[in-house]
Amino acid sequence: MLIALFGAIESGVIYAIMALGVYLSFRVLDFPDLTVDGSFVTGAGITAMLIVDGTPPVMATIIGAFAGFIAGCITGLLHTKGKINALLSGILMMIALYSINLRFMGRPTISLLNETTLLSQLESAWAMTGIDTGITGLLTALGADRVPSTWGILILMAILTIAIKYLLDFFLKTEVGLAIRATGDNQKMIRSLSANTNFLIIVGIGLSNGLVALSGALVAQHGGFANSNMGIGMIVIGLASVIIGEALFGKKTIARVTLAVIGGAIIYRIVVTLALRADYLNLESSDLKLITAVLVIIALITPKILQARREKKRRQAKRNALMKRKEGEASA
Amino acid sequence: MLKLEDISMTFNEDTPDEKIALQDVNVELEKGEFVTVIGSNGAGKSTLMNVISGSLIPDVGNVLINDQNVVNFPEYKRSKMIGRVFQDPMAGTAPSMTIEENLAMAYARDKKRRLVPGVNKKRQDFFQSYLETLSLGLEDRLNAKVGLLSGGERQALSLLMATFTEPYILLLDEHTAALDPSRAELITEITQNVVDQFGLTTLMVTHNMQQALDLGDRLFMMDKGQIILDIKGEEKQNLTVKDLLDEFQRIRGKQIDSDRAVLG
Ligand SMILES: Nc1ncnc2c1ncn2[C@@H]1O[C@H](COP(=O)(O)OP(=O)(O)O)[C@@H](O)[C@H]1O
Ligand SMILES: [Mg+2]
Repeated sequence: MLIALFGAIESGVIYAIMALGVYLSFRVLDFPDLTVDGSFVTGAGITAMLIVDGTPPVMATIIGAFAGFIAGCITGLLHTKGKINALLSGILMMIALYSINLRFMGRPTISLLNETTLLSQLESAWAMTGIDTGITGLLTALGADRVPSTWGILILMAILTIAIKYLLDFFLKTEVGLAIRATGDNQKMIRSLSANTNFLIIVGIGLSNGLVALSGALVAQHGGFANSNMGIGMIVIGLASVIIGEALFGKKTIARVTLAVIGGAIIYRIVVTLALRADYLNLESSDLKLITAVLVIIALITPKILQARREKKRRQAKRNALMKRKEGEASA
Repeated sequence: MLKLEDISMTFNEDTPDEKIALQDVNVELEKGEFVTVIGSNGAGKSTLMNVISGSLIPDVGNVLINDQNVVNFPEYKRSKMIGRVFQDPMAGTAPSMTIEENLAMAYARDKKRRLVPGVNKKRQDFFQSYLETLSLGLEDRLNAKVGLLSGGERQALSLLMATFTEPYILLLDEHTAALDPSRAELITEITQNVVDQFGLTTLMVTHNMQQALDLGDRLFMMDKGQIILDIKGEEKQNLTVKDLLDEFQRIRGKQIDSDRAVLG
């Protein structure tokens, strides 16, 4: 159980980078961008292909992320210059990427099991610090019988994800970042303040998909393979993370939401893992997409139901108070 | 400062919906001139504003700002030189962003936007000093979301955002029309103050004839896409609402559509 949870948190942290990308397009730019399903694979596939070809893993990862950035920019171009509806621009790019990714990859699945990847490099570097032995010793002393083989990936990926969060927070408060946020909030206004909204949308959707592709590149290296279908439903997972995060942790400020999105991504993984492991539910891994859809629906509906119930209670309380006052007047 | 040459604009040409919005408009504004614009509904006032701001490209004609023909500049480029306040108080600000963030975006209008924080201590002080001139207490609410402000407060903020970078031209399109009378009066007063303070070349559309007479130093009356009356200086000072109505009657041979034109 501990191992399974650990695995869930570990992948949650890596997928959180993808969720931050989705937050940037869906929430900040108010652009329902479906490129994500394709650009996630672009990042994974190109990075895997380059690693197999002998490119240093760091380089391969950066190139994979950059390819996602370009894909996003093209979606932005289709929407702004081509005047194609936002949803459709993303869908078109998504299916185009399906073929393009296969072209790059050359085959539907690339295995990385016997390759040196960024994550295996980090893992060996981490092993030299000896921190694992310490943590394992501590946990065993506390009575855990099976412990994760390494904490390095979780800790180093968490540092990377948090670093990206802070960069994003900073960026969204810069002069350019403010203009990007205003583009999602009131386009007419920010254009009247001399911002080139087309350019901002192109760059913003590019950055969003750059993050998604980076996440894909890391997921491939973490899981040991890239597959041309690994992006299917990714957008819904990203949205699930954003929505769950916002519902649980709030969205008062930018810094708060980005943290909430990361939390949402981790919680999503934990819930999915628990659901799949709950024997009485009898779920199989092929039910994953259904679980995701149900989770999003719950996260969307629950806050509204709670709100409605609170309203009802408030009104009931007022009505009771009125009744009481009237009774008092009658008896007086 | 601002020169319009032979501007014409027709919507839905050659269809049953054809609307001639501007016909051969030729006009020149001096630096610092404050022009009020009146005219019945559909006269082409908003279209004129939009052609100057670049939200609309005229069928023919040139728009010159400081002797530079900007008619082919996209809207965002022109807005480096032009400040605007719209009729809808929701239109001029970003509701989910804070007061200081909105001001920071306006502050960057005539500069190149960079990857440096939009708000810093120095700018906050600067924003505060300008907000104080509004006397609405907004200077103490720099971190409030603009969506929480009332229509009047938002319009005052929009006005400040449109003007404090001292654009070459200020365009106001019925910017008090959506407010209740006391708020409208307040915004009118602020308008007068900022225009005076910065000496801005201003075009202000209003449907209130008395206001058009009280404010500014030049007056355009528009009808059917043309400027049919252009009065300035002393002549404008002595003008009354009755004069305007008579003048319209004389030029057009009919009464002005008075359900829209408030006689003040
Ligand atoms: N986007 C548009 N499409 C079609 N017709 C328009 C459009 N904008 C304005 N018009 C028409 O152009 C004419 C002038 O409109 P407008 O400039 O908005 O008038 P005003 O602001 O003086 O009331 C009107 O007949 C109006 O119906
Ligand atoms: Mg109008």
